[in-house]
Amino acid sequence: MAILVSDKVTKRFGGLEAVSKVDLELKEHAIYSIIGPNGAGKTTFFNCVTGFYTPEEGQIIFNGRNITGLSPDRVTRLGISRTYQNIRLFKNMTTVENILVGMQPHLKSGVLGAIFRDPRTQREEKAAVEEASRLLSFINLKGKGDLLAKNLPYGEQRRLEIGRALASKPSLLLLDEPTAGMNPSETQDMVNFIRRLRDELGITILLIEHQMRVVMSISEQITVLDFGVKIAEGTPQEIQKNPRVVEAYLGRGAASGLGQALTAN
Amino acid sequence: MNIESSIWKKALQNGLIGGVISLLLGLVGMVSALGTTYLISGVITMGQVLVLAPFLFESYSSMRHIPSKNPLTLLAVGGLTGLMGGAVIAVVVGFGKVVDFRAVLINASPVLFALWTFGLPLLPGVLVLLALALITGLIAAGFSLLPVRIRGALSMAILIVLALGLFRDLIVTVIVHWGFMQYAFLWIFAQVGMTIPGALVAFLIVGALVYWRSGVNQKAVTQRRTPRQQRAIRWGTWGVLAIIVLLLPVVLGMYFSEILDDVGIYILMGLGLNIVVGFAGLLDLGYVAFYAIGAYTLGVLTTTEAVGLLHLSFWGAVPLALVVAVFAGVVLGLPILRLRGDYLAIVTLGFGEIIRILVLSDWFAPLLGGSEGIQRIGHPTIGTLVLANQQQLFYVILAGIILTGFIATRLKDSHLGRSWMALREDEDVAEAMGINKVITKLLAFGMGALFSGLGGALFATKVGSAYPQSFSFIVSINILSLIIIGGLGSIPGVFVGGLVLVGLPLVLSQFADFVYFIYGASLIFMMLSRPEGLWPEARRRLELRGEESGPSPQEAPQTVMKNPGH
Repeated sequence: MAILVSDKVTKRFGGLEAVSKVDLELKEHAIYSIIGPNGAGKTTFFNCVTGFYTPEEGQIIFNGRNITGLSPDRVTRLGISRTYQNIRLFKNMTTVENILVGMQPHLKSGVLGAIFRDPRTQREEKAAVEEASRLLSFINLKGKGDLLAKNLPYGEQRRLEIGRALASKPSLLLLDEPTAGMNPSETQDMVNFIRRLRDELGITILLIEHQMRVVMSISEQITVLDFGVKIAEGTPQEIQKNPRVVEAYLGRGAASGLGQALTAN
Repeated sequence: MNIESSIWKKALQNGLIGGVISLLLGLVGMVSALGTTYLISGVITMGQVLVLAPFLFESYSSMRHIPSKNPLTLLAVGGLTGLMGGAVIAVVVGFGKVVDFRAVLINASPVLFALWTFGLPLLPGVLVLLALALITGLIAAGFSLLPVRIRGALSMAILIVLALGLFRDLIVTVIVHWGFMQYAFLWIFAQVGMTIPGALVAFLIVGALVYWRSGVNQKAVTQRRTPRQQRAIRWGTWGVLAIIVLLLPVVLGMYFSEILDDVGIYILMGLGLNIVVGFAGLLDLGYVAFYAIGAYTLGVLTTTEAVGLLHLSFWGAVPLALVVAVFAGVVLGLPILRLRGDYLAIVTLGFGEIIRILVLSDWFAPLLGGSEGIQRIGHPTIGTLVLANQQQLFYVILAGIILTGFIATRLKDSHLGRSWMALREDEDVAEAMGINKVITKLLAFGMGALFSGLGGALFATKVGSAYPQSFSFIVSINILSLIIIGGLGSIPGVFVGGLVLVGLPLVLSQFADFVYFIYGASLIFMMLSRPEGLWPEARRRLELRGEESGPSPQEAPQTVMKNPGH
């Protein structure tokens, strides 16, 4: 069953169509990638799905429900969560607090609970902290709960951001360039980690990625955007053979060397 | 060689800064206004301290740049810094003989010049000034040569003696209530400031105590205690503190109790604004609006004058006043909370002014009394006892503070507190984490309005009347300043900020004309040297003082592009 359907989604900024009639269908428990040159509209598409932008045309259906135009917090509550291209942690909050904020959709206590600290609120808080420490072990940050997020090394910040996204127990996770700025061994760790998310937690994953080696090894299905338009879709093998993709990446006339260009990162 | 010459350059530079600060203190009128305020009777006045203290301060800070520990170098640098500072004043004094500055600088009066030259004729006066500046610089240098333990004891002893002299009135008011015990202490105080023997004795006692205390290894002592003992000590401290606070109005008398009430109301409102600005990061400059709304609602509902409505009792009217204030907060908050930072500040600032002008308007005059205000506002009662005087009202205000402080503490450590913090850090991401921006911000805003309204209601009953003049923009600024000075987001900081920024100027009425000058100067000073505040929140200390060397994310090539998508 399709977990997310994007039907002719269009987002304009002034006269520019950043995303133009993009169709996409994600099946559950799979890993998808969106690739495309800089400025192709990949992140804009993410922003449309997560409610940060409202598309001018088209609609987004999540688990059979139309979520087009819902506010970001509503979308998150329904089970979509995301990370950012340039890491956007709550830098001056601790690691565990970042995770706890991510749990927002599952915490029910309100102002009165906070003031009176009734048993229900206490139980909820205790459970949340335990859950957070489990999550910290899962993302390999055990024992670093009380560090400020900004003091973590780069790779750990990336993992924490994913951990924070996981805290809302999403069924669909959008990762915006999770391996950006990483060396080959860190990248490989991240690839394995993303696979674990799908295999162990059963989360459907949609990622934007620039490193072709990652894209080709991890994705079951790839969508290629160029100037906001979907120009190709298919399995990694199909994409590598698609002349339009090579053209978009390397320009007209370079199509002959396509295989090497796409596989050699 | 390079370092050598840079030391002297730095000394001259610091001396110049010290001189300019000292000059400024004189030209704004502080030195002449406090020229006869003796700290130690017949020895030193507050004005003289203000002239010399900048030299001391700058000379001492010159010491930090010297790598060598050679006493002669240190003394020379200190002396040079002090001398340079003195020279700045001397030059101005010299020019003052020829040119009359008073046309532009009204405080450059003969009185000020006489203070600068210690009442002597020009030449000997200037020489004495320079000599004193030099000595001040040398003292600062000598000070840095002392062992840490002695330095600590000395500086504390000097500070305490100066403080005793400065707070003489307050202290004397308190100790005259002590029956025959007062004679054990009264002798250390003169008509103004302390007596010479009093100052000496206080100096010796404080110095000896600090010296002895600093020799005791506090950590070892604490560790030797069992957890049970530690808990007992903590509770004991709290208990003693509670008793002192409860006895305060009785001990302080009517005049100082009124000051205490003012400080209390500001602290209460600071606790509320701290939720809005410190926790949630919403810069609200119209906080006074809710204060006015609380005060006027209580006034209208409880006044015994004909204009009032309902004529409720205080306790009956307070909940209604709070409801009205919160309602106003929500009504204002809904449309404007999508604004950020500066925009929010401007809109709230405007709202504060609108409320004040509305209150003044003819439109509301039949109800709110226009510029006449509302008089004869009701007081709280317990049974048949009417709590009308400043001493009794302190307990009502104290109850308000305890309630507000309790709620603020609980909220801060809660799930809601974390949501506020997240919104403060990054609004977009917080929203993407499932935080409902509007409701969460509105809660902060409403909480702030609630406590501001409570502050207003307490203020109205304390004064017994409500006038539009009491609700000017400057109230918002004062409250904001006090939470910044105390430490943004810190609850104990609000208390410290309130005592320092509201309490001190009221107690030291000699400084009354310079309150805003001191506010401004201390805000600048704080932002430069201690941005985390006097009693910072633990986290904020980490942010601003934490290991800067913490591994920072390397800029990834792709992350340079910040705009999503294009």
